[in-house]
Amino acid sequence: MLIRKPPTIVGSEITPESVYHSRRQFMTAGAVGLAALGLPLGATAGWQADDEITPENIVTQYNNFYEFGTGKEDPAAYAHEMTTDPWSVEVSGAANKTGTFAFEDIIKGLDVEERIYRFRCVEAWSMVVPWMGIPLKDILAQFEPTGNAKFVEFKTLYRPDEMRGQQGFFSSIDWPYLEGLRMDEATHPLTLMVTGLYGKDLPNQNGAPWRLMVPWKYGFKSIKSIVSIRFTEREPINTWKQLQASEYGFYANVNPAVSHPRWSQASERRLPSSLFNVNRRPTLPFNGYADEVAHLYAGMDLRKYY
Amino acid sequence: MLRRYVKPVVVAALLLPWFWLSYLVYLETLQTGSGLGADPVEELIHYLGEWSMIVLLCAFSVTPLSRQLKWPALIRSRRLIGLFAFFFVLVHSAVFAVFYAELQWQILLREVFERPYITLGMASLMILSLLSITSTRGWQRRLGKSWKRLHQWVYLALPLALLHLLWLRKDGYDDVAIYTLWAGLMAAERLYAWRQRQGQKAVL
Repeated sequence: MLIRKPPTIVGSEITPESVYHSRRQFMTAGAVGLAALGLPLGATAGWQADDEITPENIVTQYNNFYEFGTGKEDPAAYAHEMTTDPWSVEVSGAANKTGTFAFEDIIKGLDVEERIYRFRCVEAWSMVVPWMGIPLKDILAQFEPTGNAKFVEFKTLYRPDEMRGQQGFFSSIDWPYLEGLRMDEATHPLTLMVTGLYGKDLPNQNGAPWRLMVPWKYGFKSIKSIVSIRFTEREPINTWKQLQASEYGFYANVNPAVSHPRWSQASERRLPSSLFNVNRRPTLPFNGYADEVAHLYAGMDLRKYY
Repeated sequence: MLRRYVKPVVVAALLLPWFWLSYLVYLETLQTGSGLGADPVEELIHYLGEWSMIVLLCAFSVTPLSRQLKWPALIRSRRLIGLFAFFFVLVHSAVFAVFYAELQWQILLREVFERPYITLGMASLMILSLLSITSTRGWQRRLGKSWKRLHQWVYLALPLALLHLLWLRKDGYDDVAIYTLWAGLMAAERLYAWRQRQGQKAVL
C-alpha cells in the first residue's frame, strides 16, 4: 500500500497578483512585512527572478481553442458567439452526488483565489498568468466521489452553431474535446478550476465560464468551457492522445527531457517575444513545480508515460 | 498590345505581400505585438512560408495556364515568378535561422534534424536554390539538354514543401488541402499535355 503525505504548496506558486506587483518592497520588507501581509513565510521561494506577468492583451488574444479555429487569433475573434449563461454541468460516474447542476450553484460559497502560474504550451511557448479560481479538490469534494473514482474526465461544450471550429471539414478532431486527470492529480492543491483572469471574469476565448489549470502539465490538459465531469475507474481518453497517441500522452507533464516526436521540448519561448528577441529559456521539469508534484510520479517511467 | 503589361502587372502583384509585410513590421516596431502578434517571429515565419507556397504554386501554374489559355506571352514571366518564390523561401529560411534560432548552431542543427518537417523544408530549399542559380540564360546554354531535366526537380521541391507544411500542423488542414488540389490540377494538366504529345508522336 502506498501512503502519500499531502504535498505542501510553496507559496511562490500562489502569490496574489497585488503582492507580485509589489514584490520589490515586499522582499525588502522581509519577514515582518510578510507576516503583516498575512502570508506564510517563504512565500517567495521558488519564484524565478525573471518571471514577468504576461500582458493581459496577449493572454486574451493569443489562444489555442480549436473549437473556434486553429489560428491563435481565432478564439478572440469568434468566441463571443458562445453562450455561457445559462451554463449547466453534468456530473456522473463514481460519486454519490451526480446529476445536472447549474454552474453558479457548484461554485457558490467557494472562495476564489488568485494564483500566478507559469503556463507552458506543448508548442514550446509559455506565459505567466494571474488566474482566479477555486482549487479543483474543493469542487470535486462536493460530489462525494466514491472509492471507485480513480480518474476524472472532463468534457468541453459541443455546440457547432456557436463554435465554428467544430464545423470544420478539414479538422481531424473528434469533438467534443475530452481531457482527464488521475484523482491524485485532480485533488492536488495546485490544480485549479479557473473562473477568471487578471481579477476579472474569464473571457470566452480563455474558456468561460470555467476551465482547468494544471500548471505542471502542457496547456492542452487544461480543458476549457467544461460541461461534464465524470468520475471513472479507468483512465479516460483525452482528445490529443486520441488524435495522435505517439505525440500526445495522457500525462503530458512538462518535461524538457522528452521531446515531442516532431520537435524538442528542451526550451520555450516566453511570450511576448519580440522580433529581435525570441525570449528563449530552458524548460523546467514539471514546468518548475517539481518540488510540489514530482512525488506523484515516483517510480514511473516518464519516457513511457509522457 | 497586352503583352507589354504582363511583366509589370506580375511584378506589382508579387510585391503586394511585401508591402503588407512592411506595414506589419512597421506596426510591430511601434509597439510589440501590434503588427505580428504575441509571437512575432513565429508569425513572420508563417507569413513568409504561406507566401512561399502560394508564389511557388503560381510559378508552377504558368506553363499549364499559358498552354490552356493559348497565351504564350505568359511563359516569359515564369522565371520571374519562380525567382520571387525562391526569394520568399530564402527570406522564410533566413528569418528562421537569424530570428528564431538566433544563429546559434546547436539550436539550428537540433531543429533541422529533430524536426522532420524542417528537414523536408531544407531539402526543398536546396533544390530551389539550385534551380534559381541555374535559371540564367548563361546556365541554360551551358547545361544544354540537361537544363530541362535539372529544372524538372521542381516536381520534387513542390511536394516536399507541401509535406513540410502538412507535417508541422497539429490540426486544421484547410490551406494544405487547397494547395494540394492546386498542385494536383497543374500536375494533371502536364500529364494530359504530355500524353497528347506522346499520341501525336505515335501518329507521326
